[in-house]
Amino acid sequence: MKAPHQTTCLVVDDSAVIRKVARRIIEDLGMNVSEAEDGSAALEACAVSMPDAILLDWNMPNMDGFAFLQALRRSEGGDAPKVLFCTTENDIGAIARALRAGADEYIMKPFDRDILTAKLEQVGLVADAA
Amino acid sequence: MTELEFEYLRNFLKQRSGLALTAEKRYLAESRLTPVCRRFGIASLGDLIGSLKLAQNGAIERAVVEAMTTNETFFFRDRIPFDLFRDTLLPEALARNAGRRRLRIWCAAASTGQEPYSLAMLLQEAGPRLAGWQVEIVATDLSTEVIEKAKLGLYSHFEVQRGLPVQWLIKYFTQVGEQWQIAPSLRAMVDYRQLNLLHSFASLGQFDVIYCRNVLIYFDAPTKSDVLARLAAQLTPEGALLLGAAETVIGLTDRLNPHPKHRGLYGHARPAAARPAEMVPPLRVAAGV
Ligand SMILES: C[S@@+](CC[C@H](N)C(=O)[O-])C[C@H]1O[C@@H](n2cnc3c(N)ncnc32)[C@H](O)[C@@H]1O
Repeated sequence: MKAPHQTTCLVVDDSAVIRKVARRIIEDLGMNVSEAEDGSAALEACAVSMPDAILLDWNMPNMDGFAFLQALRRSEGGDAPKVLFCTTENDIGAIARALRAGADEYIMKPFDRDILTAKLEQVGLVADAA
Repeated sequence: MTELEFEYLRNFLKQRSGLALTAEKRYLAESRLTPVCRRFGIASLGDLIGSLKLAQNGAIERAVVEAMTTNETFFFRDRIPFDLFRDTLLPEALARNAGRRRLRIWCAAASTGQEPYSLAMLLQEAGPRLAGWQVEIVATDLSTEVIEKAKLGLYSHFEVQRGLPVQWLIKYFTQVGEQWQIAPSLRAMVDYRQLNLLHSFASLGQFDVIYCRNVLIYFDAPTKSDVLARLAAQLTPEGALLLGAAETVIGLTDRLNPHPKHRGLYGHARPAAARPAEMVPPLRVAAGV
């Protein structure tokens, strides 16, 4: 049975493999996961129902993660979700740019369960294991 | 490895590092020591134990000790001990030491440096409140290998993503190829030294705050008691000792007491009359007002 306030997370990535890996980890943390394969699909999903968290790839066809984040933050209720970039763009310049655009956290690929869990804890979406 | 050889290894480790290896951990010894054999060109675990018995090769002995220690650590591990430092221990120490303007912190099993550097970042964030203060972070570990890594302050992208907020990653680290290196100003704040907790550490002097986390857990009870009593002696009268989540002083020393409110925090045990207000029963506080 689903709890009434189950935390929701939207995983946005054009790789089905990454979406599947992320989904498994995030579901194990007790969240409800949905998926989108690019930025424009993600925007549509957010218009229907705003998630609590968004795990966001950078390079995707149609609309990339950066353009999505800018559009999201301008949209109604779009300042609410915690956005965690999750990308192979691993240089300091890209990270700074993502933070300026309104990202809350940044995950450098490749990631693992520990990292994803720790980052979701850091933005306050998972109670600490300790 | 024969039963006798394993027994020899257990005694050797207990003497050298305090590690209490239980009989069920034999598989662990075998899997961790096999690479040591390879590294020194030794044919079998039996031969490795044989060379320990000869006591002629310090490098092999150190490699065995270091292979058997667990070095896992990460930035802001368990978070609460660091929130406590920022919100309570640091402000209290600043008030208490305002005259001397001196603050001394010791990380007693610092491993690869994430713990002392987490504290160094919190101190930098405290900014002007520490202007004119002499702040010392002493970080020690048994293993020279981890100390060398800590001094370099170079971390993999996995290491910097466990516990460290990304805002602080870009503020305090620079990219060096695939790795991340902590800022020279933070490296300069930490004084790294090799130190075995089984040996005397009285010469380090007294500290306002001691982090001794996730190391006592590997020792047997008499060793824990001994180390805790000696840690108490290095703690200033109002000093704070922080242990790991699975560690305690209870039943091990009467020189230290758990803090009534904060888990993992310990201070000097004192006679009831000398206790700070917080620990005095409410009736007496009321009577005193
Ligand atoms: C699990 S790490 C803990 C690191 C850090 N304090 C933390 O909590 O994340 C344990 C460390 O204790 C060190 N250690 C083990 N035995 C020791 C001894 N007898 N004296 C000093 N350090 C020791 C190991 O080398 C290792 O780096």
